[in-house]
Amino acid sequence: MFRLALIILAGAGALSAQSAKYGVGRAATADQVRGLGASVAPDGGGLPEGSGTVAAGLEVFASRCAKCHGEKAEGNIGPALAGGQGTLATAKPFKTVGSFWPQATTVWDYVNRAMPFNQPGLLKPPEVYAVVAYILNLNGIIGKDQIMDAKTLPKVKMPNRDGFVADPRPDVGVKPAAKK
Amino acid sequence: MRISGRSSRRRMLGFGAALGGGLLASATESRAVDGVPGQLGIPLGPYGERSPFEKAVRWRRDTKTPETGSSFTPLQDSVGAITPSSLHYERHHTGIPTIDPAGHRLVIHGMVDRPLSLTMAEIRRLPSVSRTLVLECGGNSGSEWAVKTAPDVQRSHGLVSCSEWTGVPLSLVLKEVGIQRGASWVIAEGADACRMARSIPLAKALDNILLAYGQNGEALRPAQGYPLRLIIPGWEGNACVKWLHRLKVTDQPYMTRDETSKYSDLMPDGKARIFTFQMEAKSVITFPSGGQTLSGPGLYELTGLAWSGRGRIERVEITTDGGRTWVDAQLQEPRLPIALTRFRLPWRFEGREELIASRATDESGYVQPSREALIEVRGTNSGYHYNGIKLWRVQADGTVTNV
Repeated sequence: MFRLALIILAGAGALSAQSAKYGVGRAATADQVRGLGASVAPDGGGLPEGSGTVAAGLEVFASRCAKCHGEKAEGNIGPALAGGQGTLATAKPFKTVGSFWPQATTVWDYVNRAMPFNQPGLLKPPEVYAVVAYILNLNGIIGKDQIMDAKTLPKVKMPNRDGFVADPRPDVGVKPAAKK
Repeated sequence: MRISGRSSRRRMLGFGAALGGGLLASATESRAVDGVPGQLGIPLGPYGERSPFEKAVRWRRDTKTPETGSSFTPLQDSVGAITPSSLHYERHHTGIPTIDPAGHRLVIHGMVDRPLSLTMAEIRRLPSVSRTLVLECGGNSGSEWAVKTAPDVQRSHGLVSCSEWTGVPLSLVLKEVGIQRGASWVIAEGADACRMARSIPLAKALDNILLAYGQNGEALRPAQGYPLRLIIPGWEGNACVKWLHRLKVTDQPYMTRDETSKYSDLMPDGKARIFTFQMEAKSVITFPSGGQTLSGPGLYELTGLAWSGRGRIERVEITTDGGRTWVDAQLQEPRLPIALTRFRLPWRFEGREELIASRATDESGYVQPSREALIEVRGTNSGYHYNGIKLWRVQADGTVTNV
């Protein structure tokens, strides 16, 4: 009995004061973390269950996205989401999901957390998969029959996957010691 | 108009000081002078407001959606080195959330030994520090990359502000939860409608980042992330996530929209620099600056602001001949690292056209480059992290324009 009480006390302790030194906070439960919403890694970690097709995505796009981004994602109040491949090294780079974004998972993550602009978080995971499939297909990145889910999406290779480099600065400022 | 007001105020102050301050009262009509009865002022109040005669406000570019965009600090009206919280620049993506701190939680999870949910009261219980730090938007002066640049210093440089920030070292809280082996990044997320998120290297998180709840002696303003935000000394504002409600410790950056599609720097070869967090040394003359008018030839105090994400400002040089010769300005003390530093220089306007500019050097020895030097390396499409020397043209009639 005494031993049982000790075990219960220890368990209660694990759920209440949690931090190492100051003893503040409560254990963050899995439900609590889930309640904050998805946060998706480039390797697909954090992607929920569900899947979506290009055809389903066309319908989601028409009803939820086209008003701001244009019927063909050519841009309106919101930015263009397609086109621009091959323009990044020109005088007029056209940065879109298709030409610039390095990871397909970022498209899912951003649509899920921030779109539609005036009702972010409205779309259910299958709708997000679908609309991402539609946008990727518009950009010629996936075929019209490809299905996007937690397994296929991280494997999509974006055209600009290798287009990002580390910060080399200081690259311009003149060091007085190096003055001629 | 502002300039003539400034000089007349100055004359009045000088005159008042000469007579022991006695005549100054006549301008305020609040004290009895020579038998004229005085009038009572307004009663004491619970929360201060500035004088109704002060008109400096933030400027914002019209956007199709009023919840997004930036508002710019009126640097041309600033004095000293601290920005009033009410005039701190803003950059929001989906508006300013209204958050009751009683219900707010900071959840720390991912590669930690003890996933934790903290209340604001618990965060405020932890040992705190205060630091005066500059905060600059990564896109500040982005208009300067173009040929036709912004007309005044508010619009060209106003996405920079400086406050005393108070909060808990993030390193302390991360030690409380226990970082697991292999962890290398922290994904910070806000509680705004779009849950704006950025990836922060764990090494920086364990170095000198603040979980800030205080600004200039009171709680953060809602527009500055109330009740809790990151303040990352020397790094671009966007990474200093506002309305912070989540820290996820991971072994990789999440390549969020705001660190890939935005706030990355596109180079002429088509490659984009990513995680260009640090803001480099920069300065700008705030008086005289674009849109202002000098009341005529004479002695003025030329002044402006310098800062660097790498540390203290060591030197600010001024040219009045378009960069042929430079003289050192006086720097306001104490020169705090990674804080706005006011510089000043007595300057005589002779009624001839002059091209004026400032050039900052920080404690690392980095010298603020010219616009031409920046463009030579980065082209004109990089969009962010512009810190070139800013020229103003003072015309013979005293009007000041952009160059």
